[in-house]
Amino acid sequence: MEFLSDIASLINSTLRISTPLVFAAMAGIFAERSGVIDFSLEGKMLMAAFVAAVGSYFLGNPWLGLLLAIIACVSLSMLHGFASVTYKGDQVVSCVAINILIIGLTTALAAAWFGQAGLTPTLTEDQRFLEVNLPFAESLRDVPIIGTIYSDILSGHYIFVYLAYATVPLVFWVVFKTSFGLRLRAVGENPSAVDTAGINVFAMRYKALAINGVLIAFAGAHLSTAVNANFFREMSAGRGYLALAAMIFGKWHPKTALIACLLFGFTDALQIRLQGVELPAIGEIPVQLIQALPYVLTVVLLAGFVGKAIAPNAIGQPYIKER
Amino acid sequence: MATVDKSRVPWWVSNLIVPLVNLTLALFVSGLFIFIAGENPFEAVSLIIYGSFGYIEGFAYTLYYTTNFIFTGLAFAVAFHCRLFNIGGEGQAYIGGLGVFLVAINFSFLPVPIVWLLAVGGAVVFGAAWAFIPAYLQATRGSHVVITTIMFNFIAASLMVFLLVDVIRDTTQMGPHTVALPEEQWFPSFEDFAALFGIKIRYSPLNISFLLAIAASFFVWFLVWKTRWGYEMRAVGHNTQAAIYAGISPYKNIIIAMCISGGLAGLLGVNEILGVHHKIVAGFPAGYGFTGIAVALMGRNHPIGIFPAAFLFGILYQGGSEVTFDMPNITRYMFVAVQGVIILFSGALENLFRPQIENFFVNRLNLKAKA
Repeated sequence: MEFLSDIASLINSTLRISTPLVFAAMAGIFAERSGVIDFSLEGKMLMAAFVAAVGSYFLGNPWLGLLLAIIACVSLSMLHGFASVTYKGDQVVSCVAINILIIGLTTALAAAWFGQAGLTPTLTEDQRFLEVNLPFAESLRDVPIIGTIYSDILSGHYIFVYLAYATVPLVFWVVFKTSFGLRLRAVGENPSAVDTAGINVFAMRYKALAINGVLIAFAGAHLSTAVNANFFREMSAGRGYLALAAMIFGKWHPKTALIACLLFGFTDALQIRLQGVELPAIGEIPVQLIQALPYVLTVVLLAGFVGKAIAPNAIGQPYIKER
Repeated sequence: MATVDKSRVPWWVSNLIVPLVNLTLALFVSGLFIFIAGENPFEAVSLIIYGSFGYIEGFAYTLYYTTNFIFTGLAFAVAFHCRLFNIGGEGQAYIGGLGVFLVAINFSFLPVPIVWLLAVGGAVVFGAAWAFIPAYLQATRGSHVVITTIMFNFIAASLMVFLLVDVIRDTTQMGPHTVALPEEQWFPSFEDFAALFGIKIRYSPLNISFLLAIAASFFVWFLVWKTRWGYEMRAVGHNTQAAIYAGISPYKNIIIAMCISGGLAGLLGVNEILGVHHKIVAGFPAGYGFTGIAVALMGRNHPIGIFPAAFLFGILYQGGSEVTFDMPNITRYMFVAVQGVIILFSGALENLFRPQIENFFVNRLNLKAKA
């Protein structure tokens, strides 16, 4: 039975750890399907974490913190759009600028306002999101199998975990089943054809970036107002890049990107479980090497051992309207 | 946006005036940040100038930072000419430092100048090796080099901490660092030079690596603009399809560009290990690799531009530490944010005012020609 509960707790943490990755990957799908590279997921996630924590601390309500985080992330997306869509600047440079700017700004402002080295004050229970217990979770706990799945794996997560997995079918529907989604994909594949059809390429890209900003804000708020009770320096720890890798590995498709996110989440959950554990034949693996596991996995997945990833055709190219 | 006939724009407009306008905008926004953090931006500027020029040791610190930024700026620039975003300078510098240390400690029986040469070689080889895998994956599998090099930064950090804690740690000491190199291997420092002329100054980390940085700048200039290989690399960066048509292999050039880039980043390890710490300390690249991106973009990826850009960042770093000393609300992270703003304005938003400025000068010159 201990083995079973071990597996249950591993799956439970996989779902939790994958959550910010899922939001970020879905955000990335919108931007990149419209033809705009988004390496700035990392910076936006960090910004959302900072703004959500600070907002919630001052306003006393985590939902208001989340709202501010959404505003901040949409603004950053607009900045990215301003530089790379309107002014046709280099999209990767714009992303690198945003990432470095946010790493510096969040830490500097946390230090200036709260006097601690890049930390925001710990949030009280009313200022953060708490675990949600699904109905009947307690009474079903003792039922074999179903009880384990329902009470130990599915119940007791933060609201963001449920939202994240609900977002995936929604994104699928929007991107593949609506006329908005068709235009979105067309703008990323062949912008001049879309322009000929009378659709504003720039407006489409800005809309995609706005949705991207909203989604990534949830990832950051999850980190600082749910899983943790404060913001700390560089707390996104490369998750934006992991999500991007998951999206590429998932071929810019919500369902496969979700699987890749879960794989990353599982690796991370496993990594935490393996710390300090004696493995048969190998012995204890040094903690620093285990911690590098998700990053190594990213490189391996990106190397595309499951086939080459084909990006949207017009990705990274600013659209220049003919006159 | 108005279009301008590029050939009629004088070089000093696009290469001096436009970058200066962008820099001014970036510094203005940075001033706003300092204001938001609750300090006076003008006082901060005067502190920066005093800290970086006001006394001889301060100026030496400025040049020491400049040295690091030249290495990482050149590293980013070389890869960028092949349209590769090597943002893994941080990790390549870290591993480059490992190369310096391992060579110096294992060949300590050789005469010191030979050890120095070998150690510089070690830095280049280790840094290049760390850039090779992302380069190979980009060339053969199309794995985007931005993600892989960032991942290699994380992996390098984990690997180095592992080595420093479990393998090459100085077990007689508490901190995660190696034993010190023998003293005769330490690079001559600025105060040693000053002492030759009978001038006594206090400690600063400036050392002869500064000259190595100047040499590296000449090397990059020669390589990129004066050799056939540099031409091929720029051709691949400019138009890969045309390059293939001309018989140039993008595969080969991507790998060479990234390896040279990684090697240059590795040289930061020479300055830090032989010149300053004399041992490997955890986290010695301290963000210099990322600053290199801003330096290269500001310097328009040319050694002649990179030198003043690196010097400017040297002023910001050294002057910045003076600011953090005097202004409790400002931490060194504020200057990381400043870097982001500079990358934004001199990189991504470089077209913001370019057409207007170029138009302005072209029109003025036209008027003069008519008159």
